[in-house]
Amino acid sequence: MTSHHLISNAQTGASAARPAPVAASGLVHWARHNLFDGIHNTIFTLLCCALLIATVPDLFRWAIWDAAWTSANGADACKATTGACWAVVQEKYRLMLFGTYPYEQHWRGALVVLILGGMSIVSGFRIFWTKWLLVAWGGAWVAIFVLQLGGVFGLVSTPTHLWGGLPLTLLIFFGTVIGGLPVAILLALGRQSNLPIIKALCIGFVEMVRGVPLVTVLFMAALIFPLFVPESMTPDKFVRALIGMLMFFAAYAADIFRGGLQAIPRGQYEAAEALGLPYWQKTTRIILPQTLRIVLPALMNDIIRAFKNTTFIAIIGLFDILGATKSALEDPIWVSYGTEAYLFVIALYFVVCFSMSKYSVSLERDLNKGNVR
Amino acid sequence: MTNASDSATIELRNVNKWYGDFHVLRDINMQVGRGEKVVICGPSGSGKSTLIRCINRLEEHQEGDIIVNGVELTQNVKNIDEVRRHVGMVFQNFNLFPHLTVLDNLVLAPNLVNSVPRQDAENLAMELLERVRIPEQANKYPGQLSGGQQQRVAIARSLMMKPEVMLFDEPTSALDPEMISEVLDVMGELADDGMTMICVTHEMGFAKQVADLVVFMADGEVVEAAPPTEFFTNAQNPRTQQFLKQILSH
Repeated sequence: MTSHHLISNAQTGASAARPAPVAASGLVHWARHNLFDGIHNTIFTLLCCALLIATVPDLFRWAIWDAAWTSANGADACKATTGACWAVVQEKYRLMLFGTYPYEQHWRGALVVLILGGMSIVSGFRIFWTKWLLVAWGGAWVAIFVLQLGGVFGLVSTPTHLWGGLPLTLLIFFGTVIGGLPVAILLALGRQSNLPIIKALCIGFVEMVRGVPLVTVLFMAALIFPLFVPESMTPDKFVRALIGMLMFFAAYAADIFRGGLQAIPRGQYEAAEALGLPYWQKTTRIILPQTLRIVLPALMNDIIRAFKNTTFIAIIGLFDILGATKSALEDPIWVSYGTEAYLFVIALYFVVCFSMSKYSVSLERDLNKGNVR
Repeated sequence: MTNASDSATIELRNVNKWYGDFHVLRDINMQVGRGEKVVICGPSGSGKSTLIRCINRLEEHQEGDIIVNGVELTQNVKNIDEVRRHVGMVFQNFNLFPHLTVLDNLVLAPNLVNSVPRQDAENLAMELLERVRIPEQANKYPGQLSGGQQQRVAIARSLMMKPEVMLFDEPTSALDPEMISEVLDVMGELADDGMTMICVTHEMGFAKQVADLVVFMADGEVVEAAPPTEFFTNAQNPRTQQFLKQILSH
């Protein structure tokens, strides 16, 4: 066809398909590759080793070896050592965990914590995601309020102003999230509404609550609200704090959901509409399940933050676990061992938050399994 | 083949639509008789997709009347729901629900909208998957299927509602070439079964074989409408001739 020689060429045929080459592995290979890869890397590795050698033994000595573990003789053991005073936890853990709740009734608070923890763990498994789980949660909440409030079945009445410690922290947290999520979803949907009034109300609410610090929302709920409303109509402080926390959480979560809703392709709405699905069925069966997948990481972030935000209720005079710990440490004998007590509380917070974070990652993976695009 | 408007399943009278100032549909008059197949073609931006999306009210027309199965499409939500129950639609991008299995994609709408018991809906679903030749994919998720398979699932999903009319909005445009025929085959069988169909497509082979009427649109108006034999051999309008020359030359 052309006079010059054709240079382009492709060879046909290939060997049978074979497995990919195996990458070198093993501890020595890993260390050489990651820790001693070049002069700078090696120097940095050695510096880090030196730092660890300088600090870890001291930390170990303080926290374990020299630590005082028992409060059998009051704070004597702690005074006698330079190590950590874990005795303060042994001495004060009831006060820290249950705050102002009557001492003999602490078992009720402990049961509430166990119910909430157990139900949360069960709810984490997808095989339990049936309507029976909702029934179980309903029963759990009845049991929780009976236990926590008392006044029935021969239980001593313990009104909300006596609540404190871990049960209070958990009740505020669960109330915030369980109540806040539906509100957030409604706010996000309302923002998409064709009705200008609903849209404006939703935007107004979100922007107003997001525009102020959580502390002010709580002060509003605790101090200013009762000034305008007659005392007989004022809900108690626990409820007011819960509503404040819930509104704050909902406003932030609403914007997360809004982002998720915007990420759903237009075609999903159209396919649902073309099949004749009415608004609520389209929303609950098609749009929200997909939105939830998209927003899960960001939402979990906000839920973890909501857990830590429960500490703010201390400033309006509710003794969550941190507030209860603070007041437990006002005991002059133990006042100087706050570090150890707070470390205990920190560990508690970390366990809860880290579990939620890990769970979120595994749930994400699980939900995306069938969803390879 | 009757064209008397009193036996038409779908009737469009003087339909006009604007996007802002852009006049996207201009004086559309069209009838589609029961069991007849209409293929709409035309350059992109000619308004052909907009037109069929008006027929199940995914788009709103501003002037004129659209009457489907004797029900006029207005702001009345009840009418819209009524029309959508009888009109199936297949989209260019399939629009399967990615979070549901193939089977659940099919079962969802009849189960929720028409209260068909789940077991009955599943039986019908398997029957239809058989018909589009992918029963073995029933428990997979859409993301695990090829484009051609997804589009066949989408067709089966529409058929679950037992529609009297099927709208196809460029059903093969997003497919790899080797998958186009498997979708067209399913559409052809549907046509043979007597389904009323309106297809926006550039598959002229399909139009020749299946269509009772081929409509050519450009700039929001119907430029030419004729049975395929006439349309492909004896187009009257120079724009139609130009379009056919471009589309058939390779």
